[in-house]
Amino acid sequence: MYKTIFELLEKATKKHKDKIAFKDPSREITYQDFVKESKIIGTNLSKNNWFNKPIAIFLDKSINCLTSMIGVNYSGNFYTVIDNKMPTDRIKNIFDTLEPVCVITDLKNKNKLKDLTNNYKIILIDNLTNEIDQPKLDEIKNRIIDTDPMYILFTSGSTGIPKGTILNHRAVITYISWFIEAMGINEKTIFGSQTPFYFSMSVSDVFATMVTGATLNIIPKMLFSFPVKLIEFLNENKINTIYWVPSALCIIANFKALDVILPKYLKKILFAGEVMPMKQLNIWRKKLPNIMYANLFGPTETTDICSYYVVNKDFLDHETLPIGKHCDNCDLLIVKEDNTLANINEEGELLVRGSFLSSGYYKNPDKTKEVFIQNPINNSYPEIVYKTGDIVKINDQGEIIYLSRKDFQIKHMGYRIELGEIESAINALPNIDTCVCIYDTKNSKIVLFYKAKDIKKEEVLKQAKNKLPQYMWPNEIIKIDKIPYNSNGKIDRKKLKNNYEEEL
Amino acid sequence: MKQLIEILENIKPGVDFKKEKHLIDDEIIDSFDIVTIVSQINEEFDIDFPVTEIMPENFNSAEALYKVITKIIND
Repeated sequence: MYKTIFELLEKATKKHKDKIAFKDPSREITYQDFVKESKIIGTNLSKNNWFNKPIAIFLDKSINCLTSMIGVNYSGNFYTVIDNKMPTDRIKNIFDTLEPVCVITDLKNKNKLKDLTNNYKIILIDNLTNEIDQPKLDEIKNRIIDTDPMYILFTSGSTGIPKGTILNHRAVITYISWFIEAMGINEKTIFGSQTPFYFSMSVSDVFATMVTGATLNIIPKMLFSFPVKLIEFLNENKINTIYWVPSALCIIANFKALDVILPKYLKKILFAGEVMPMKQLNIWRKKLPNIMYANLFGPTETTDICSYYVVNKDFLDHETLPIGKHCDNCDLLIVKEDNTLANINEEGELLVRGSFLSSGYYKNPDKTKEVFIQNPINNSYPEIVYKTGDIVKINDQGEIIYLSRKDFQIKHMGYRIELGEIESAINALPNIDTCVCIYDTKNSKIVLFYKAKDIKKEEVLKQAKNKLPQYMWPNEIIKIDKIPYNSNGKIDRKKLKNNYEEEL
Repeated sequence: MKQLIEILENIKPGVDFKKEKHLIDDEIIDSFDIVTIVSQINEEFDIDFPVTEIMPENFNSAEALYKVITKIIND
């Protein structure tokens, strides 16, 4: 029986002990040494006799960060990886909710915590005693049950107070079993990891590596500025599978890097986190036609993904990629406002049920109750489902189509409008790099921001008029030089909206 | 050169672009800054910055970047 990811890691290690599990910019580590280093961290932590307590990890995106994560689990506790580039105030916000019993960091990062360290015990990963207390670790393993928390991921809440989503061992194991099967991950997989370890997408490639005996390369963040060097890195490391945010794939496509050099080992391109613009996807597909492309969709609250679509036909630049169908062992319900199931082509909110689900938000029962609710179409026995806040529908082919966030769906001149639909129409125009739509609720205006080299506002509007019904025409069009991105690499809509409102 | 410094200062205020020699190595500018810098250079200098020139050594200082721009214009 496997209750935890580290037991599955040990199982993979038996078969692949001398194989490289992870590579970061400064070193690489075999499976055998990875387990050893994790157990050393676990043993050091176990001396405090904490159980089911929160431990913060404050390190670069590195092998040390990964061994710390597994080390915390060996000690019977759960971790939160903190973005070490985050402003101190936001760290403080998270720590106020989390109240970690200790913070794992290193000499290099310790200083960034100096305003907070007085309140928290600091464990320096550079100074650990080099010992493994196996009997103690065995004892802890016997005590763990699979519904104990494995980690907490903090996402920004609408109120500005970060929300800590709790994921337990069972959710991660169940989710990963789906991921490796559906995406065909095995010991031959070589991942190139883009997403930060404090972001839910990293759960998929990191733990899929650990349980299958694959290899994962941490790509230095700076390479995402230099498309040709990035592709050279993929080639040097024979990377065959990537799971990135669309923005990272778009940088390569927009700079026309694929005209110069191709990632020659790449067999699978998976993406999630935001809508993949079709124009850039088509650039990739034209250059690399015979590989697998998959659109993955899901919130942190379902571990990472709840629905997916393997691209199996051609799409025109203005069409939208479906989010496909539910993952195996994860059920999706599309529920209308009157709490009944939506029919084909009827829109409704996406609800998720099954073992992928988070146990709720840390120390936030109110927010938990709001979105982890009794299944509205089951009144026979207790069953919790998660309300995603995403509006979707099923098309004639039986595929789920993502429409928008519930809070993106606007009422404008009496019409219900998906801002995402306007965005995908504008993004499809030639010469447009990126665009973002927001709704100015106070003045009832659809505001479109776009970034492009050679196209004037008037021209954008003219073309928009050819593509969209009149009630969806942007009321204001603003050309911007810089699209703001958040720390996960996704477009920062909130920032655009705030800037816009401030300038009024 | 003056035009370039202005572009850079607009994108990343508070950095001394005349002196700074390690913009990339010291992580002073990040990947999204590079995207912005390249698209603005393209517009202001009316060039098409080739992806093969988007290399760390060309972005470490304003001087290095200016050299590349001149090279692209002359080509």
